[in-house]
Amino acid sequence: MIDYSKVLSQTVVNTPKSGIRKFFDLMNTMSDVVGLTVGEPDFQTPWHIREAGIESLEKGRTYYTANAGLMELRSEINNYMSRRFGVSYEPEKEVIVTVGGSEAIDIAFRSVIEPGDEIIVPTPSFVCYAPLAKMSGAVPVILETKLEDNFKINPEALKAAITSKTKMLVLPYPNNPTGAIMTKGELEEIAAILRGTNILVLSDEIYAELTYTGTHCSIASLEGMKERTIIASGFSKAYAMTGWRLGYICAPAPLAEQMLKIHQYGIMSSPTTSQFAAVEALKNGDDDIKMMRDEYNRRRRYIYNGLKSIGIESFEPEGAFYIFPRISDFGLSGEEFCNKLLYDYKCAIVPGSAFGEAGNNFARISYAYSIKHITQALERIEAFVKSL
Amino acid sequence: MKNKILKLLEGDARLTDKQLAIMLGVDEAEIRKEIDSLEKSGTILGYKTIVDWEKTERESVTAMIEVKLTPQRDRGFDRVAEKIYNYPEVQAVYLMSGAYDLSVLIEGKTMKEVAYFVSQKLSTIDSVTSTATHFVLHKYKDKGILYDAPEADERGTFN
Ligand SMILES: Cc1ncc(COP(=O)(O)O)c(C=O)c1O
Repeated sequence: MIDYSKVLSQTVVNTPKSGIRKFFDLMNTMSDVVGLTVGEPDFQTPWHIREAGIESLEKGRTYYTANAGLMELRSEINNYMSRRFGVSYEPEKEVIVTVGGSEAIDIAFRSVIEPGDEIIVPTPSFVCYAPLAKMSGAVPVILETKLEDNFKINPEALKAAITSKTKMLVLPYPNNPTGAIMTKGELEEIAAILRGTNILVLSDEIYAELTYTGTHCSIASLEGMKERTIIASGFSKAYAMTGWRLGYICAPAPLAEQMLKIHQYGIMSSPTTSQFAAVEALKNGDDDIKMMRDEYNRRRRYIYNGLKSIGIESFEPEGAFYIFPRISDFGLSGEEFCNKLLYDYKCAIVPGSAFGEAGNNFARISYAYSIKHITQALERIEAFVKSL
Repeated sequence: MKNKILKLLEGDARLTDKQLAIMLGVDEAEIRKEIDSLEKSGTILGYKTIVDWEKTERESVTAMIEVKLTPQRDRGFDRVAEKIYNYPEVQAVYLMSGAYDLSVLIEGKTMKEVAYFVSQKLSTIDSVTSTATHFVLHKYKDKGILYDAPEADERGTFN
């Protein structure tokens, strides 16, 4: 009989499963649970965007596209990046349409990593960076961001984390799970450290449109930074298109050229229907983004104040759609708090530890839910907190 | 600020002043002041519940009636419209451009009741020259709300 322990990649075997899904699955086994766990928009994709996808199917556009994606879509991505963030990318050579921001992150790592290279991963952050870094052969170097720093990258801490092996810095802002953003001035301090080095930046800007206290600044727009920055972004959050599985990479041509090979051999081309829908999104979706952003912003204020009024102080999120209260104030770890809240009060939120050890004392609460739903959840959290 | 409040209340009339204040980032007193003034000016006309009567025992039919009129001197169509909208079973009266003049939305218990209204009350008004009654067979969406598929949160359920 085959011995699977001998055939499997130890790197993969030693990679833990995502802690977010774990809680979600647990919640689905119970009834009447009010959850604030989900990391995707509650809006359906705006109808005109769905229609564009449907129309492409009706017209029989069911073939592969160019490896890098439809030229029209790449052009629109460039128009969008220029118009929104003041950075432009040659559609022919510097834009790749990927299967979600997820694939974008994956091929960014794999195209530059030599075994043993270090990738600096600020945490708490989205779950994929360290596992994907490891699977690409890199050593993830965790850089814990602190509540005192509003979960931004502390320039001194960054300097201390850099070694001769540092290949790349992940810049995960606006941040899932903390809701932190980094302003132009703050990015400038990071840029000052990286200029003149050979360190690259992977800027995960998937939540760029969900910035509530100003407009998102891309580090690529700063003097001298475009040449070392890979932007990973996508349609999932801004346009409520998670299920379409579409994202993109914007990067200098010498990097994009190599990433395209991985994409070409591993994926061929991103889903064609989704690409046609995405063209429509970029051309005519600005109002939808604004409508959804305004709605998230109302919920953001609502949940921040709601938590405050029941005695849970949190860092006020400025981006994405999560709030990240410190739970240790109640004498429980994030995990204990979330377990009790789920079992005794039937309300589900995600322990901060799912986003790195730096999140152990926290919990992530998603506000990608209706006000009514949030109100219900807050009532349960209040009852729980009062019982402590 | 007024428009923002209106948009939110249009979506959910039961939002409290406090909730509105938090969501819009202003204080409660300002919200109350704005709403009072919106009510006073008749911008906010009322707060109602949207009911799908099909889900109840109560019988109910809705009809849209196209009404053609001969215009009256002085007051145009206003007087006839007034006559029509004063019937309590009339839900809405619109002055229309195009092939007919008034669109009358009426709700009754039975088709018979609606037919009676058309033949006995509407058609007998002097300046009404013709009517065409269209019964609503099923409501899919009304006032922006879906009737058949109240949104279920399907996130995380496509397993
Ligand atoms: C910070 C961050 N980056 C990337 C992704 C991946 O999104 P997608 O692959 O749907 O584009 C997510 C999804 O939750 C995320 O939170």
